[in-house]
Amino acid sequence: MTGKGIRLELTLNGKRQVATDVPANTSLLGALRDHFGLPGAKNACEQGECGSCTVFLDGTPVCSCLVAAGQAQGAAVGTVEGLADEDGLSLVQQAFVTAGAVQCGFCTPGFLMVVRDLQLRARGRTIINLDDDEVREALAGNLCRCTGYEKVIDAVRAALADPDVPRRSVGASG
Amino acid sequence: MTVTTSTPVHKGIGGSPLRPDGTLKVTGEFAYSSDLWAEGMLYGSTLRSPHPRARIVRIDTSAAAAMAGVHAVLTSADIPGKKTYGLIADDCPVLAIDEVRYHGEPVAVVAADDLDTARRAAKAIVVEYEVLEPVSDMRRAAFDAESPRVHADRADNIVRYQPVRRGNPDAADLQDRVAVVVTREYEVGMQDQAFLGPESGLAIPTEDGGVDLHVATQWLHVDQEQMAPCLALPPEKVQLTLAGVGGAFGGREDLSMQIHASMLALRTKRPVKMVYDRRESFFGHVHRHPALMKYTHAADADGRLVYAKAQLLLDGGAYASTTDAVVGNAASLGIGPYECDDVLIEAYGLYTNNPPCGAMRGFGAVQACFAYESQMDEVAAALGMDPVEIRRINAVKEGSILPTGQRIEGPAPLREILDELVTMPMPPEPSLPEPGEPEPRTRVPGERWELPPGGYGNTTRGEGVRRGVGYGVGIKNICYSEGFDDFSTARVRLEISGGEPIASVHTAAAEVGQGLVTLQAQIARTELGVDHAVVLPADTQVGSAGSSSASRQSYMTGGAVKTACEAVRMEVIELARRKFPELLSDDESWSDIHLADGALHLGAGVATGARLLARLSDVLGTDVVEATREYHHRRTNPLDPETGQGDSHVQFAMAAHRAVVDVDVELGLVHVVQMDVVQDVGKILNRLSLEGQIQGGTAQGLGLALMEEIQTRDGLVRNPSFTDYLIPTILDMPPLNMRILEFADPNSPYGLRGAGEPPTLSSTPAIVAAVRAACGRPLRRIPLRPEQIALVEGYGDEGGEEDV
Ligand code: FES
Ligand code: FES
Repeated sequence: MTGKGIRLELTLNGKRQVATDVPANTSLLGALRDHFGLPGAKNACEQGECGSCTVFLDGTPVCSCLVAAGQAQGAAVGTVEGLADEDGLSLVQQAFVTAGAVQCGFCTPGFLMVVRDLQLRARGRTIINLDDDEVREALAGNLCRCTGYEKVIDAVRAALADPDVPRRSVGASG
Repeated sequence: MTVTTSTPVHKGIGGSPLRPDGTLKVTGEFAYSSDLWAEGMLYGSTLRSPHPRARIVRIDTSAAAAMAGVHAVLTSADIPGKKTYGLIADDCPVLAIDEVRYHGEPVAVVAADDLDTARRAAKAIVVEYEVLEPVSDMRRAAFDAESPRVHADRADNIVRYQPVRRGNPDAADLQDRVAVVVTREYEVGMQDQAFLGPESGLAIPTEDGGVDLHVATQWLHVDQEQMAPCLALPPEKVQLTLAGVGGAFGGREDLSMQIHASMLALRTKRPVKMVYDRRESFFGHVHRHPALMKYTHAADADGRLVYAKAQLLLDGGAYASTTDAVVGNAASLGIGPYECDDVLIEAYGLYTNNPPCGAMRGFGAVQACFAYESQMDEVAAALGMDPVEIRRINAVKEGSILPTGQRIEGPAPLREILDELVTMPMPPEPSLPEPGEPEPRTRVPGERWELPPGGYGNTTRGEGVRRGVGYGVGIKNICYSEGFDDFSTARVRLEISGGEPIASVHTAAAEVGQGLVTLQAQIARTELGVDHAVVLPADTQVGSAGSSSASRQSYMTGGAVKTACEAVRMEVIELARRKFPELLSDDESWSDIHLADGALHLGAGVATGARLLARLSDVLGTDVVEATREYHHRRTNPLDPETGQGDSHVQFAMAAHRAVVDVDVELGLVHVVQMDVVQDVGKILNRLSLEGQIQGGTAQGLGLALMEEIQTRDGLVRNPSFTDYLIPTILDMPPLNMRILEFADPNSPYGLRGAGEPPTLSSTPAIVAAVRAACGRPLRRIPLRPEQIALVEGYGDEGGEEDV
């Protein structure tokens, strides 16, 4: 397939990055993993069923296996590799480790991106009352085979207990 | 009171230190087997059989081999050494030889510059098949003398027949005591492990003509042992390193791409990476054996079992894999954790042209558990008894004799488990509408709101929804059974670095997500009294650790690490005695020295007045103390082939579940409202990991009860995708309340009991019992389908649900 690919330019985790020679039939997931050297997003189904490939595309979480690489041309893409900063793990990442929500961890990058999105929406008060059922609904597109999800919910609770996030007890009235 | 509470030791045994690979896993840096990369590597692809049974008339690889970018196209003719392999019997061809025996059997492999080219080249291989009639029906395979044989060189299609005979269920004098007899047939569909990280690995040819394989597996050494003869290499030229494993659950016990990638790497002299996609993964590993089971239970008027008979057929598919051992489990644990003196169990493992089946969490005990637990409910119902009571009355205890004649040594606290389970709080009663008065369920803000069956599909407003409660218990053997001399090896090293003592632990044990890396370090900290313990990558540079299977690694590799640490400790004390003989007075003994807080103390524990003798840093200096030890469990015996008698198991573990479900009896939809579980683990080593095992195991049991099945028709797999093979999502999983009991086993390290599998057994029958209670239908086949459950006239009756 050499010499026939496209040139793909992304703002990846805040930095401008270019890959050349990306085969035209490559998904965004394939491009990230094989052409941008970011294997954090995982490939467990390539059918949009498992969520382990979730990344941010211009601020929205998407299954990167369902996005053609070319569709992301010029877009801002955020992956699990961009969640931590110099100060260490983000609140969401730390919550997953501390709660025991990580076993094999193959599903984890996908969950982290979705929970990060929840956290941002909670901060922006798009979501006011995040209770367990809403958390479950928000995470319904992410499969985990190891944990039975119980500790994933514990982790999300901990992550959303961030003082910046309005919680039911304080936020029920708006 | 035998229930004890662990005192958590900081980051040691009983504590819940965080997993050492956790940070790498949340930053995306943890290298799974599918993430590997090597300079100049090629990609492998596999051509698989489209037929469940066919003769290969001709293979033409010339078009594929001529494609640009293709470096090798290999068939069975190119296998360097032995052409078959297998975990117990070596009947599985590396690549099909003259015949294919299941849909998806590997026929040829290709290496090319990129994956796309490799896949196109595999498609370009021409294979001419003469299609044959597949053997796809278990009963025919077992009992029809006219059935074709899956393996022409065998006399029949039976991999193993194992009876277990105890007493005489047909004895005339028993019949007077019998108040009820219940005979039923049960069926279990084919479940898949569905680990999220597909099979993958990277094979790198070495300068000495060997191969280094980085792979996600459950047992490095048994891979090496099977690979080397096929590659015509001595074992030391086939070195394996564990790559990041994305879940396993038994599905990585058998080889998948290991020999294929290695053959391609040896042939092309380039690194070769193979990664299955989800579809190929469904074809690339064995599944849980489907089962047809016929059970008869007889009980007296008090509910005591008088006799039990069972016949279990287990579909092993085209190759033997671990069917032999699965049959051993199904037979020996066939009536569950109940006392009964007159028993006949007959278990058959069969060859068919269905997909090969082998290990999956619960391993033969799961299928039997669904049947015997359903039977216990049937007997209770026939006697008008409470389902918990009938289990209590018949429960095994320490000293009970199993149908195999094996006496249970150590605690077997099933009664205590059940007593605990019934004290756990029930969920609030549902606010169901009055009969004939449908009203929508409304959501009260701030209160837990039950998603109705059908979930966010809004298929009901609550009318037609009935609640049911069910119970299930299960018993699982821990460690390998039937005389297998199982062991694990650990190398432990203690040294001073930067002034601090550091313990490093090296084993070949596979971390598959369960948290074994955390546990190994905990043991080293506790045994050597150090804060800093590291676990080195698992590889074949150290002796075998055995498999991450059979809930055995805490026991076996835990035992090996503990034993190696004890040897290191002895040597440290000996070093202290040589270097500082004056540390102890004449009436004090070196054998009373303990290691704690990085120092040698006389006496155990500061609280009891232990005296600090010397810091480890002073005792060791620049010396390094290292010990490698093997740990063996106590011997077991094979089952007698005629009578099934024998002390075949090392240890038993039990769990019990209660399930509360809401069922839409018109649509046949189920919502599990709450589950409660009690499990005896002997001793909690790491509560966080343990809870994760019980939660994950419960989820897989729920999947088997309600949704998971690989569907085959005449041997063809119909649903190899996550679109059509459903595993529980977060919406399917109810809140799970858990109580953990610690009845220490006197024979195991720290008193622990293996814990990963029991919850997978008991979860399934509890849920099915709850659904039965809600809808009143017999439900003898799992996974349940809506049409079996729905009470719509005539609708579910076609499903083959018949009373026997
Ligand atoms: S890999 Fe994209 S959803 Fe599964
Ligand atoms: S932790 Fe293994 S799939 Fe979620």
